[in-house]
Amino acid sequence: MFNQQSPFIQKTSSVTQVMLLVMLALIPGILVYVYYFGFGVLFNLSAAIITALVSEFIILKMRGLSVKNYITDGSAIVAASLLAISIPSIAPWWIIVIGTLFTIVIAKHLYGGLGSNLFNPAMVGYAALLISFPAIMTKWPQPIEYLSIHEHLNIFLYGLKEKVDGFTSATPLDFIKTQLFLGNKVIDTSSYQSYADATKIIGIGYLLGGIFLWYKKIITWHLPITFIISLFVIASIFWLIDPIQFQNPMTHILSGGSLLCAFFIITDPVSGPTTPKGKIIFALGVAVLVYLIRVFGGYPEGIAFAVIFMNICVPLIDKYSQPKVFGHD
Amino acid sequence: MLIAILVLILLALIIGLVLGFSSIKFKVKGDPIVEKIDAILPQTQCGQCSYPGCKPYAKAIASGEADINQCPPGGEDGVKALAELMGVEYKPLDESHGITKPKSVAFIDEDTCIGCTLCIQACPVDAILGAAKQMHTIIEKECTGCELCLPPCPVDCITMEVIEENAENWKWKYPVYSLSKKTAKVQ
Amino acid sequence: MKIIENIFKFNGGVKAQTRKSISTKVGIQKIGIPKYLKIPLRQHIGNLPKLKVKEGDVVLKGQLIAEADGSVSAAIHAPTSGKIKSIEKILLPHPSGLPDYGVIIESDMKDKWIKKIPINWAKIGVEATIKALQNSGIVGLGGAAFPSHLKMGSKATKINTLIVNAAECEPYITCDDMVMRERSEDLINGIELVESLLGAKNTIIGIEDNKPEALSQLQFHTKSHKNISIKVVPTIYPSGDAKRLIFLINGIKIPKGKRSSEYGIQMFNVATIIAIYRYISFGEPSLSRITTISGNITKPQNYEVLFGTPLKALINQSGGQKIKNDNFIMGGPMMGFKLPSIDVPVTKAMNCVLGAEPEMIEDKKEPLPCIRCAKCAEACPVSLQPQELYWFSKSDQFEKAQEYKLFDCIECGCCSYVCPSNIPLVQFYRYAKSELISEFRAQEEADVARERNEFRIMRLERERQERAERNAKRRAQSSKEEKSKLIDEKRAAISAAMDRIKEYEKKK
Ligand code: SF4
Ligand code: SF4
Ligand code: SF4
Repeated sequence: MFNQQSPFIQKTSSVTQVMLLVMLALIPGILVYVYYFGFGVLFNLSAAIITALVSEFIILKMRGLSVKNYITDGSAIVAASLLAISIPSIAPWWIIVIGTLFTIVIAKHLYGGLGSNLFNPAMVGYAALLISFPAIMTKWPQPIEYLSIHEHLNIFLYGLKEKVDGFTSATPLDFIKTQLFLGNKVIDTSSYQSYADATKIIGIGYLLGGIFLWYKKIITWHLPITFIISLFVIASIFWLIDPIQFQNPMTHILSGGSLLCAFFIITDPVSGPTTPKGKIIFALGVAVLVYLIRVFGGYPEGIAFAVIFMNICVPLIDKYSQPKVFGHD
Repeated sequence: MLIAILVLILLALIIGLVLGFSSIKFKVKGDPIVEKIDAILPQTQCGQCSYPGCKPYAKAIASGEADINQCPPGGEDGVKALAELMGVEYKPLDESHGITKPKSVAFIDEDTCIGCTLCIQACPVDAILGAAKQMHTIIEKECTGCELCLPPCPVDCITMEVIEENAENWKWKYPVYSLSKKTAKVQ
Repeated sequence: MKIIENIFKFNGGVKAQTRKSISTKVGIQKIGIPKYLKIPLRQHIGNLPKLKVKEGDVVLKGQLIAEADGSVSAAIHAPTSGKIKSIEKILLPHPSGLPDYGVIIESDMKDKWIKKIPINWAKIGVEATIKALQNSGIVGLGGAAFPSHLKMGSKATKINTLIVNAAECEPYITCDDMVMRERSEDLINGIELVESLLGAKNTIIGIEDNKPEALSQLQFHTKSHKNISIKVVPTIYPSGDAKRLIFLINGIKIPKGKRSSEYGIQMFNVATIIAIYRYISFGEPSLSRITTISGNITKPQNYEVLFGTPLKALINQSGGQKIKNDNFIMGGPMMGFKLPSIDVPVTKAMNCVLGAEPEMIEDKKEPLPCIRCAKCAEACPVSLQPQELYWFSKSDQFEKAQEYKLFDCIECGCCSYVCPSNIPLVQFYRYAKSELISEFRAQEEADVARERNEFRIMRLERERQERAERNAKRRAQSSKEEKSKLIDEKRAAISAAMDRIKEYEKKK
C-alpha cells in the first residue's frame, strides 16, 4: 500500500520508457553503421540482446526478484546494445556472448542489479573483451567492402578465416600510433581515410540520437557538451604543438566512438554523477583520460578504461559537488 | 636503484608530515568521555544497570568497569551508539539486567494512596507531588518510567501505564513495499 | 495598481495538470446548518486552547468556547447557536486517524448571533488590536493553520512589504480563486487594513497566470490603490509555497529556520486577509471557510462551510462520488493526505476535499530501485538531492540525511511526481523526519530528567548536611532560652526551604 500518501498524482514516466527512448535514439547511428560495416552489426546486436535477456532472466529468478517488473525495465537491453555496437562487426558470436555475460552478470548483478552497479556495465564488458581478445577487438572491415549476408553469417558463426583477411583495417588512431611506433615520420593517411570517413558519418548518427535524447529531457547538456569541448581543447593543444605527431582535434571527436561515448555511454545514470557540477567534472575527467590513453597508452581505444576509472570517483565527485540548497548560499 | 629508494623515502616523509599535521589540525576537542556516554544514556535513572543512576553507570563504562550492554531502557540502539562511541564491538543487550519495554509513566490510584511519602523518596527525578498523609500524584511530563516507586508503596497503588500513540506523538511509518517477492522491508 | 512583469524563477518545480476549471463553473454556495457540529480543539499549530464551556451550556453563534492558551494558540468559537451536548474525543481529519478532544454542539437552528463588537483599531491602537486578534480564532486558511496574530507584528522586525498569496498552485483547489472572483472588495479592504496594522508600505499580490477571472476582478478593484501591485507568476507547482512565492516576487531566498519578517516581508493568504477584515470591521470571528470539493465528485464546486460541519454533509451536498470507492483526500493531490475516515468534521485547515480518482488510490506499478537519473533533483524546488535523501532515509542513516538538509524539504512531492522508478520518495522523508523529531523530543526529555536528577542529588546532599549541623547544634545547647531560639531557627529554616521551592518552581 505504498501509494496511500501524497503525491497522489504522478507524471507518466517509467524506467522502461526511458530505456525505450534510448533505444530509439540509437537507431540512426546503427543504420549508418550497418550501411558502412555490413550486416554483422545486426547479428551482433541480436546475439547480445538475446544473451542479455536470458542471463537477466536466470539471475532475477535466482535472486527472487520479480521477473515481470525487472526484465521489462529494458536496462539489460540497452547495456547489451551499447556493448554490441562498440564491437567490430566482424566479431564471432562467442565474443559477443562472453562480453554480454560480463556486462549483465558481473558488472550489473554481482554489484546489486539495477541501480546499484558501480561501473558502466557495457564498458566493463568491453574492457574485459579488449584485454582478453585484443586482436579481434581491433579488427574492422574496410568500409563498404560489401560482404554478403551469407559471408557475415559465416564470420559470425565461425570467426574470421584466413582467406578473408586483408580486407580489415586498423582504426586511424591505432594506425597512427603504430606508424609512430615504427619510427615513420610522414604518415600516409590514405590507408585509413575511408574508415575515418565512415566513422564520421556514424558519429553524426549518434549525434542526432543524442540531440533527440536531450530534447526528450532524458539527458542534460552537461555530460556530452563538456566531454566534446574538453576533448576538443586537449586535442587542439597537442595538435598545435605538433600537428604531425598528434591527430587533429576533429578526428578525435569524430572517430573511435567519441560521440557514442558522449551521448550514450557517459550518460548512463546509474554509474555516473547526479549533480550538474559533478557531471561537468566527470565528463572532463573522462575526456582527459580518453585522450591520454588513446595517444600515450597501450590500447587503441581509451573510452572503456576512462569511463571505468571515472566511475570509481563518482561518489567522491557527488559528495563535493552538491548544489546550494535554496536559501543556503 | 638509489633513486628509487630516495623517492620512496621522500614519499614516506611527505605522507608522514601530512598525516602528522592533519592529526594536530583536525583533532576533535571533545567533552570528557563521561559526559558523552551520559548524553547517550536515556536518563531514566532506573538503576537496572546495577549502578545508582545513569551518571554513575557512565563513569563505570568510562573506567572500563562496566560493559556497554547493561541499559535496558536505552535498548539495542543505545548499545549500538555506545559501541560506536567507545570504538568497541557491538554486543546484544545483557538480559540479566532486564528487557526493553515500551516507554510508560507511573500512575497513582489516588483513592488507595495513604500519603506515606515513601514513593516520593524513591523517585529519582522528583516527579511525585504530595505531602505526608495527603494524596500523591505524579507529574506525567517529568516521570521517566523508572519503576523505582513501585516497590516502596505499602498499598501497591502505583501502576505503570504505557504511553499510547496519540495525535501529538504520532509518527509516519516506514513505507513498506516489496522490491522482491521475498523481503518486505527494503534494506 | 500596477502589474509587475518580471519575476525570479526558482529551480525545479513541475507542471502538473491543474484541473481547476471543473470546480469553478458555479459560484460559492452555503452548506446548511447541520444538527450536530463536532468542533475539534486542535485545529491549528500550537497549544491546545483552554475550554471555556461545559456540557449543557447554551451558546450563541460566535461565542468563545475555548480560549487561546499562550501566544502560540488560537481560540475556538461556536459556529452557530445551540447547546453543548458533550465534550469528548472525536475523530480528526489527520493522517493518523487518531481521536482528540472536541466539543459537540447541538444546534438550535436559530443561528442566533452573540453581540458583534467591531474593533476600532485606529482608536485602541495597533498593539491592542493585535492582542484582540488572538481571540478571533483566525489561522492561516491556506492549509498551514498557523495562528494569524503571531504574524501581525513584533517590535523587533519592521515589515515593508505585505505579500498576498493568491497563487494557489495545487491542482484541483479553487477556493482562493473563487473568493477573489466573488469577494475582491472585501479582500482589497482587508489588504488596506492588514497593511496598516503591519506598518507595511506596499502590497504585492502574487497570482498564478491560470486565474484570469480573478485577476481581472483584482485589477478592477485595485485601480485607485497606488500601494497595491499585482504580480502574475507562471503556473508552476509549487509557486504557492511561501518561500518560493517570495523568491518569485522579490528574488529573496529565505532559508529554512528564518522567517520572512526578518527580511521585512510578511505573507498572508487571500482568505485569511478577508477573515481578519471581517473580524476587525464587523466583529465576526472565524466560524466558517470556503472549501473546494472536487476530483471524483458528481458536482465539484466551492462551499462556504461552518467549522464542525460533518464532512459527510459536504459530500452529500455535492452528490457524492462519481465512481464510488469511498476514498477522500484532504488538501490537494500533491501534498494532501488520505482521510482515514469520512466521519470527521470540516476544520480550519480543510481547504479542499478530493474524491479520490481511481488512479490516485489503486496500487500503482511497483517501485524499481533508484537509477540515479537525477530527475528528482531537477524537479526539487529547494535544490535538494532527493535521491541521496532517499538513500539515507531508507537505510535509517538519519544523521546523514540531516547533513543533506532533510529538514529543508517542504514535502511538496515534486520528486515523487517525476521519479521514473515510481519510488514514494516523500514517504521516506516523512518517515525520517518524524523519527528524527521523536529522537529530538526524547533527547529533550532526557535532558530534563538529568537536570532534575542532579538537582535532587544536590538537594539530598544539602539536607544531609543541614541535618548534621542541626544535630551538632542541639547537642551543644541545653538552656530553655536557647531552646526557644532553636524553635525560631527551625521556623526560619522551614520558610527558607519554602522559598527555595518557590524559586525552583519559578525558575522552571
Ligand atoms: S514517578 Fe515513579 S516511575 Fe516515574 S520517575 Fe518517579 S519513581 Fe520513576
Ligand atoms: S527520480 Fe527516482 S530514480 Fe531518478 S534519481 Fe530520483 S529517486 Fe532515483
Ligand atoms: S518533497 Fe522535498 S525533496 Fe522532494 S522535491 Fe519537494 S522539497 Fe524537494
